[in-house]
Amino acid sequence: MIKKLTLSALAAFGLTTGGAIAAGAYDSHIEDFDFSFEGPFGTYDVNQLQRGLQVYTEICASCHGLKFVPLRTIGDEGGPGLPEEQVIEYAKQFEVFDADLDDFREAVPTDHFPESALENAPDLSLMAKARAGFHGPYGLGINQFFKGIGGPEYIASLLTGYTGEEKEQAGTTFYENTAFPGGWISMAPPLYGEDVDFADGHDNDLHHIAEDVSAFLMWTAEPKLGARKQAGFAGVLFLTLLSVLLYLTNKRLWAPVKGKEH
Amino acid sequence: MGGIPHDHYEPKSNSEKWLHRRLPVVGLMYDTLMIPTPKNLNWMWIWGIVLTFCLALQIITGIVLAMHYTPHVDSAFASVEHIMRNVNGGYMLRYMHQNGASLFFVAVYAHIFRGLYYGSYKAPREITWIIGMLIYLLMMGTAFMGYVLPWGQMSFWGATVITGLFGAIPFVGESLQTLLLGGPAVDNATLNRFFSLHYLFPFVIAGLVIIHIWAFHTTGNNNPTGVEVRRTSKEDAEKDTLPFWPYFVIKDLFALAVILLVFFAIVGFMPNYLGHPDNYIEANPLSTPAHIVPEWYFLPFYAILRAFTSDVWVVIIAETLTGGIIDAKFFGVLAMFGAIAVMALAPWLDTSSVRSGRYRPMFKWWFWLLVVDFFVLMWLGAMPAEEPYATFSLIASAYWFAYFLVILPLLGVIEKPMTPPATIQEDFEAHYPAKTDGGSPAVNPAE
Repeated sequence: MIKKLTLSALAAFGLTTGGAIAAGAYDSHIEDFDFSFEGPFGTYDVNQLQRGLQVYTEICASCHGLKFVPLRTIGDEGGPGLPEEQVIEYAKQFEVFDADLDDFREAVPTDHFPESALENAPDLSLMAKARAGFHGPYGLGINQFFKGIGGPEYIASLLTGYTGEEKEQAGTTFYENTAFPGGWISMAPPLYGEDVDFADGHDNDLHHIAEDVSAFLMWTAEPKLGARKQAGFAGVLFLTLLSVLLYLTNKRLWAPVKGKEH
Repeated sequence: MGGIPHDHYEPKSNSEKWLHRRLPVVGLMYDTLMIPTPKNLNWMWIWGIVLTFCLALQIITGIVLAMHYTPHVDSAFASVEHIMRNVNGGYMLRYMHQNGASLFFVAVYAHIFRGLYYGSYKAPREITWIIGMLIYLLMMGTAFMGYVLPWGQMSFWGATVITGLFGAIPFVGESLQTLLLGGPAVDNATLNRFFSLHYLFPFVIAGLVIIHIWAFHTTGNNNPTGVEVRRTSKEDAEKDTLPFWPYFVIKDLFALAVILLVFFAIVGFMPNYLGHPDNYIEANPLSTPAHIVPEWYFLPFYAILRAFTSDVWVVIIAETLTGGIIDAKFFGVLAMFGAIAVMALAPWLDTSSVRSGRYRPMFKWWFWLLVVDFFVLMWLGAMPAEEPYATFSLIASAYWFAYFLVILPLLGVIEKPMTPPATIQEDFEAHYPAKTDGGSPAVNPAE
């Protein structure tokens, strides 16, 4: 029995080792931020998402886009949850190209956020899932198992990781950043602290703004996180019950064959 | 082999007789479900059901996903995001399909290693084993093409690397690669044919699964002792076996429920753990990711592929002997497919007279070393191609081949196996002493 257990355990271990090793280890420093949506029961903090939306709109959106995110979803429950009128009002600030009109018009909630305004600014819709903050040790994926993949931590660390050093290379300015792989990034520091004023009076120092916008970007990448965890929890609960019932059925069924009383 | 003697379906009512004379479908179902199964099967015999479930899960979720997916380079990535955001329950379908592939491979590897340990591949089950290997190859093809469909960075670059392997085949390689890609590089034509084949292959697998089951229903299941069920009479056979329904169906369903519990925990709480962050970046032919790493289930064979570089002596010999036709790249491809081929040839490479590893004292050690080797290769496949990993990969790959080509044939000669029990009944009653009336109980809850 031990051997069979070992084999199963090894198979399960195989699950944990292989996949989670994306890009190799860099010497970059990623701070393990404490987000509300971590763990099996963590959910998004609506106020934080609204603050993050504000940071995104006032700062990030001047260069970056969110082309996969429909504007209407900022009114979704489990997301920033803005009231309908505010969603309509929010959409109006963007201009989108309408193929039917063959012209630009004001955006409506059924449109998506605009694409990146700058060609070399990547789209941010999925950034929080497209980056890994945590790796290893030794390519075993153990850190990701316990801490998560670390996408939002990576973004927040990047935003707070500028050292102030600059260098010119082939006509481009690079900024030293402790989170960025290789240490030098072409994006100028976007946040300095007190860049926005939050209506809810929340702290607007660099650390907090970075944290809020990272949480918002996790939501844009994984808008159904809450529903998914709920479904997962229901599934686990139901299957636990089913397993117990099937265990008892099986035990009783085999009892006479195994010469046991039942 | 006329199968293990057992009761067959007898049509009773007139309508049952009417149908049975014209189409004995009920009889076929009865015989399949009531097949006499060795009663000493342990928990490693549950993977077949898990695999059948995986195939059904992947086909059902896949058909629904295909309703919302667009196989075009301009919209594939966006259509997956559409599924994740706008389709009702779409995120669940997609995550189940994505992680379902991993569950499928966990189960198939457990199933294969079970077969290797208990000698399930040995006569008379060679056909079952070979069909199984074909299913495994098709699974790898299906999984690989499915991974290309979301059209992320790892999809694109994985497809570029793997189809490039076919280009390494001498003489025909380049035309073969062009045919596979539908052009000179991975592009829309590639995506379209991969989508088409990704939809087709599972049904081919389903057909092979039926043949796989047909084959082992003819020979009977192997079991932990490797001793055959007695076929001398129905009474003897009944002492060694129990009908599949309900005994093994309920047992397997219990195991399946426990495995699905873990599966749903992963889908619900960490659905991207087994994936690569890079695949959430849309494919860009102009930007190569820092590390191109295949999914975890390909890693052991990917490690073997990369292990044979041009400075390894066997590669140098092969290159010199063939006048450069077999270069390092092609050697790697041969090694990768060879690693699966030698596994498929196990029935003829294993010379031992004893089937089950349980009664083979030396074999056991080599077998568990092979299991360790498999996981080491999996780990090495994800590490960068540099020292010391390159040397480790070479040693681990060498052991994989040595196990099948040297150790299995030699062990049959030098090993002195223990004596297996005479019958399955004897083994079973050693664990579960029979009650005073002896024999197996006559009650069959199914009837």
